[in-house]
Amino acid sequence: MRILAIVTQVPGAEERLKVAEGRVDLGASKLVIDTMDEYGVEAALRLREAGAEAEIIVLGIGPERVEATLRGALALGADRAVLVEAGGTDTALDVLAVSKVIADVAKREQVDLVLCGAQQADTDSHALGAAVAERLGWAQATWVTALKLDGSTLTGRHDVDDGAESFLLMLPAVVTAQQGLNEPRYPTLPNIMKSRKKELRREPLSSFNAAPKLRVVKQEMQARERLQRMIPSGDPQAAAVELLRALREEAKVLA
Amino acid sequence: MILVVAEYANGRLSKSTRELVSAARACGVEGQVAALVLGSGVGTIAGEAALLAEQVLVADRVELATYDAELWAAAVAQIAREGEAALVLIAAGRGGREYSPRVAVKLEAPLIEDAVSLKHEAGTLRAERYSFLSRVTETLETDADVVIATMKPGAYVPAEALAEAGEQFDVELELPVRRLHVTERQSAHSGWVPLTEADIVVAGGRGVGSAESFEQLVVGLADKLHAAVGATRAVVDAGWRPYAEQVGQTGVTVQPKLYIAVGISGAVQHLSGMNKARTIVAINKDGDAPIFSVADYGVAGDADAIVEALKSALG
Repeated sequence: MRILAIVTQVPGAEERLKVAEGRVDLGASKLVIDTMDEYGVEAALRLREAGAEAEIIVLGIGPERVEATLRGALALGADRAVLVEAGGTDTALDVLAVSKVIADVAKREQVDLVLCGAQQADTDSHALGAAVAERLGWAQATWVTALKLDGSTLTGRHDVDDGAESFLLMLPAVVTAQQGLNEPRYPTLPNIMKSRKKELRREPLSSFNAAPKLRVVKQEMQARERLQRMIPSGDPQAAAVELLRALREEAKVLA
Repeated sequence: MILVVAEYANGRLSKSTRELVSAARACGVEGQVAALVLGSGVGTIAGEAALLAEQVLVADRVELATYDAELWAAAVAQIAREGEAALVLIAAGRGGREYSPRVAVKLEAPLIEDAVSLKHEAGTLRAERYSFLSRVTETLETDADVVIATMKPGAYVPAEALAEAGEQFDVELELPVRRLHVTERQSAHSGWVPLTEADIVVAGGRGVGSAESFEQLVVGLADKLHAAVGATRAVVDAGWRPYAEQVGQTGVTVQPKLYIAVGISGAVQHLSGMNKARTIVAINKDGDAPIFSVADYGVAGDADAIVEALKSALG
């Protein structure tokens, strides 16, 4: 079988973001694999280690710099990589356009399982997995926290609105990963060496019929002014009284 | 028509549904507001929805007794197509966020996720949403004939009831077969205040000290304030609290009137889930913790003493 794991390159969570001319400018940011995608790559590796005979392909969509993140995934143990070169315009593709590229690669590569993060930390989108599943006509399990594969039967656990569910579904399927699914490994030196020789195939975005339906008009940093008023805590009783007074009389959020 | 997909829990229409109706009324898209009620035994829900929408479309079927992404997507897409909806509004909960993309793909429509505002003018729909872990606000545009949007909870004030109840219609649906089989369900306990619906959230982090102090301080204060309880990822990872209470990137996003953070340092993943609260209070031992930079009121000191003092001051 084949597993396709999606790799998104995003700014590290603690990175300071910069906006220039109404667009987030990642030029100076340290870019890393999206944490949730990392859980997906790890899940693919673990399914194989648990006995699934699987080839693991990692797919990245974006400019040249995405190669570094794909190499990182190869160093973790993925077999080969596909980079769909989208120039510097990776953020101009909306999630539905990205899902078109992924679904097309999944078809061309005849994969049985697509894994991706439940939410991407750049677009804050939750839609990728489900959009890919719909394009492929496959079932989906989102926000998965446990995953097992037995033949072509997937079982696992995932979060829903009012709690959690255990599920069973048949391949082919799309699964979205999140925190709790696993603890991603670190690459070992021999694997980093080996990863340099692994196949990384480039494909131009133009070979996919993927156009965004949404225009980004502008992006701006949120500058929400907070009062940042510190209440002296020397006397906890006095602090409590003052805090409740402020919440009632100034903020008017307490009755 | 503007199609609003009704959400409900424990036999009542959710606040999120009333927020969707507000967004529908305010967005400037022409046409009636129609609410779609999917489920089994949903007569009461449909009645409640009729007080908000001019039309209520009801699919009361056994197959819809429990939520399924593929069933919901098929139903919403079919009704949107038949009703020639210009806009489909879905609440951005876990369910809405995972079936809305399927609706958008089926209808070849753009998908706006977690919108906080929607405005239609001269043929263009303009929306605002957050990105980069809620650190950036972005403005999006589309001229499409039909648009799917999920709305962030708390972005709109819940709609008031209409003077006259809307008309109810039963709808026929062609539904696919379920492929995701649920073998076990673990629901949050009863009496629980859903985090996204609560006006006040009291949340705790590792700084609270232990599962016992969390119960004593955070849950204790929440009870006094009739608030929902939230927790950080570290607290959930440590097994002190259930996942359902996790606030942040990997948990839920809340936008209450008041958010009280106890013993929370303020990692960006947590902040992205709560930094839109109207008023934020931080109580933390470390006066340099990042949480204070997003707080309106801060108390740097021993959480135990301060929260106990708050509890007794509240009576």
